[in-house]
Amino acid sequence: MPTVHSVLPTLAPLLPEIILSAGVMVLILYGAFRGEKSVEGVNVGALLLLLLAFFVVVSQAPGVKVTTLSGSFIQDGFSKVMKALVLLGSAATILLSRDYFQRAGIDRFEFPILVVLSTIGMMVMVSANDLIALYLGLELQSLALYVIASFHRDDLRSTEAGLKYFVLGALSSGMLLYGSSLIYGFTGTVSFPGIVSALNESNAGFGIVLGIVFVAAAVAFKMSAVPFHMWTPDVYEGAPTPVTAFFASAPKMAAVAMTVRIFIGALPDVTAIWQQIVVFISIASMALGSFAAIGQRSIKRLMAYSSIGNIGYALIGLAAGTEQGIFGVVIYMIIYLAMTLGAFAIILSLRRRNEMFDTIEDLSGLSRTHPWLAFLLAMIMFSLAGIPPLAGFFGKFYVFAAAIEAKLFTLAVIGVVTSVVGAYYYLRIVKIMYFDEPKAPYEAMAPGLRIVLALSSVVVILFFVLPAPLRGAAEAAARSLF
Amino acid sequence: MFGLGILSGLLIVPLCGAAFILTLNGDEASVKRNARWAALATTIITFLLSLVAWGRYDAASPSFQLVENHAWLAENIRFKLGLDGFSMPLMLLTTFLMPFCIGASWHSIEHRVKEYFVAFLVLETTMIGVFCALDLVLFYLFFEAGLIPMFLIIGIWGGKRRIYASFKFFLYTLLGSVLMLLAIMAMYWHAGTTDIPTLLQTRFPAQMQTWLWLAFFASFAVKMPMWPVHTWLPDAHVEAPTAGSVILAGILLKMGGYGFIRISLPMLPIASQEFAPLVFALSVIAIIFTSLTAMMQTDIKKLIAYSSVAHMGFVTLGLFTLNEQGIQGALFLMISHGIVSGALFLGVGVVYDRMHTREIAAYGGLVKRMPLYAVAMMVFTMANVGLPGTSGFVGEFLAMMGAFKANPTVAFFSVFGIILSAGYALWLYARVIYGKLEKPNLQGILDLDNREKLILAPLVFLTIYYGVHPAPILDTFAPSTEALMTGIRSALSTTQTAANALPLAR
Repeated sequence: MPTVHSVLPTLAPLLPEIILSAGVMVLILYGAFRGEKSVEGVNVGALLLLLLAFFVVVSQAPGVKVTTLSGSFIQDGFSKVMKALVLLGSAATILLSRDYFQRAGIDRFEFPILVVLSTIGMMVMVSANDLIALYLGLELQSLALYVIASFHRDDLRSTEAGLKYFVLGALSSGMLLYGSSLIYGFTGTVSFPGIVSALNESNAGFGIVLGIVFVAAAVAFKMSAVPFHMWTPDVYEGAPTPVTAFFASAPKMAAVAMTVRIFIGALPDVTAIWQQIVVFISIASMALGSFAAIGQRSIKRLMAYSSIGNIGYALIGLAAGTEQGIFGVVIYMIIYLAMTLGAFAIILSLRRRNEMFDTIEDLSGLSRTHPWLAFLLAMIMFSLAGIPPLAGFFGKFYVFAAAIEAKLFTLAVIGVVTSVVGAYYYLRIVKIMYFDEPKAPYEAMAPGLRIVLALSSVVVILFFVLPAPLRGAAEAAARSLF
Repeated sequence: MFGLGILSGLLIVPLCGAAFILTLNGDEASVKRNARWAALATTIITFLLSLVAWGRYDAASPSFQLVENHAWLAENIRFKLGLDGFSMPLMLLTTFLMPFCIGASWHSIEHRVKEYFVAFLVLETTMIGVFCALDLVLFYLFFEAGLIPMFLIIGIWGGKRRIYASFKFFLYTLLGSVLMLLAIMAMYWHAGTTDIPTLLQTRFPAQMQTWLWLAFFASFAVKMPMWPVHTWLPDAHVEAPTAGSVILAGILLKMGGYGFIRISLPMLPIASQEFAPLVFALSVIAIIFTSLTAMMQTDIKKLIAYSSVAHMGFVTLGLFTLNEQGIQGALFLMISHGIVSGALFLGVGVVYDRMHTREIAAYGGLVKRMPLYAVAMMVFTMANVGLPGTSGFVGEFLAMMGAFKANPTVAFFSVFGIILSAGYALWLYARVIYGKLEKPNLQGILDLDNREKLILAPLVFLTIYYGVHPAPILDTFAPSTEALMTGIRSALSTTQTAANALPLAR
């Protein structure tokens, strides 16, 4: 006779997900009953839900490591940090989106709801401790993302972006499933700890290799790493800009977290098999991200290539496969989130009389018309280029340090060289803002944009003054995986 | 204050000044005026503060002094500052030159004045930081951070090809430096710390030293700049505004030399000895080749830029002789060149502000209208040539003496550099200052005004003073040089013994 205890799983670790799920149901009902008039309320409600979940996540005691739902859901230091990042990314998206959608005439209550729904999916991905849970989270996330990519449904490019993302995303989900089934078939279990105990270097046969390759391809797609990056520039460009900001922030965090979970959580003993895959993906992403961005004219496309390159740098840490490496990945993602959100807050504020501007030339002479905006964007660009003392430097510092520790010298050297190439196009933006002749000024920034920009600038510019809090969080996250 | 010492103060004061200037508001004229005065006041306060630091410094001791140590990036990557005999004079040179740069920009910068001085003050912080840092990551941070303000200074306030020059400057230097970053990490994983005093005691395996040395060399050689990676310098110099050139020639070039003496020589002595012939070869080529190039220039600034590259050749030559005279000479030359080349660029700025051209051909016979200017430029030109009695002589002589001890052939060839430098410098002087005052637009040119006198007089004085009395600088360097030499000798002798012992062991 099973006791009540064993029938009903512990739900405490699921509290943030429960809050969001219950809350989003209420919001759906509210939106459905009140119709278009509910937009304001749903937006505020979604923001509050995300912030509430954020505080629940960060108030989790350090050093906790519990599994629930028969071991398929894990709450640990890593999930704490990555979920916090996901929630911040989603909350920032809601702040960034409102003003844009109002002016574009697509101010609907479904958007915040879809953001929250996909956030729940991401949180499940981050906390997944078996392949099934992982897939469930991934699909919940992806379905919501497919819809919001084409949220501007009367716009050809937006619908095209959504469709493209859907077709390719479905393909990659299929690959993940196929890879998972191979891993399951050759190890007899879907749970990560089970896979760990079933697999080691000696018994990892060809089937496992095949499975890992399929899974790697799928996660590379979700992270938009080369060679599965093709969708990124088109979707980034086509989707409404706040949606692009969302794609570049929260789902990226979740995808990287999922990748780390799979490779470090489930396959730590067969590093030899996947390390070369990750090294290749990393090098290819860094190289493509830096070279392909040079010729771009659209800022959104540029950010797409920049995100591809940045994933390459983050993966250096994963390639190292050590605690130091994962620490690097986590801190890189924290800093990357701040840089991306800050950059998008500025892109979203390039507006004159309801017309949005998104080519690089539109930034021309921004330092004269909007000195502060230009200064902050310049700082973000220098940070993305990895120039100290800005935060982006430290992100790169930690992943490269991990690569050197793991003796991946070639990877590190290629990495720093591509970062110099990348510096060229980030500098070009600074040049256009500071050295070129100004254009007509833009309208004042919306309050939501200001908040996001202020917060991310603080991280980008002042990280070096007080690195301890973020460093401590990332260290705890990395430690919990080893 | 707040647990921070005087060196943190030196880093913070310019930033405070910059922040103050940023908050200036009001009509354009008053913002400009206030920004200028605030920048001048800030740099003077910083200079005075650095003199206080100098007062508290014990020049007889080779150890790091005024040390501050705060938690930072990791357990063993700390925010650690301190000065020793190598860094103290360079730090003083930095704070000393800054007020002159502000003064030189007084009238020549008319647009975006506020941003200009902010960039300069931020640049000052990063330069002081490079010399004060006692942690390699911190050193790297300041080393690179200086690129941002300098990029903007060249790009916004530079000449016609400023964008090309600013990109070239930035990307060249960055490419060199990123390899240094990897070397720093490798050191970190080997020694478990990036603390400079600890690393000075660490013996790295010979094989590792080779790679580390090459990585550091990539960075310092570009910064120095050494032939053949010097091509960014003439472009940057020519396009930068006067004060930017002063800082480039006076301070930024010294960072490469400082890097060699702080990191390459003491931490990697075996590799330094191994690669000394390479450095000699590059230095001699730099001395002769760039001197010849300098002769053919038609642009005054470009000529001085190439002469800087040649002088930096003497610095690298002296450093890698690995004997006391050579190193002392190289260090002295760094300080002297900082003053002299800075002064030369300021001098060029004086006529540029009047005529808005840097073409040598556009001038001639200035002595008739500008006698004071001619005297000042005479002193600087002679110091650039290395005439005895000027500060230029002491450094070159010592460096040469060291070179004779280390490798007479190299010394023989490098002597040509002195002859050639006399050639281009005197020829430049003759074409600009002497001759007939024929050009119609030069007829009305005015001699130095009070501001310019105030700027050039102290530099003239120091150039001659350190020429006849170099002891204050040499004595400051001496304890640290001695300690360095002891370290290098013991490191080299142990490897020698090990190498000798190896066949026996077999």
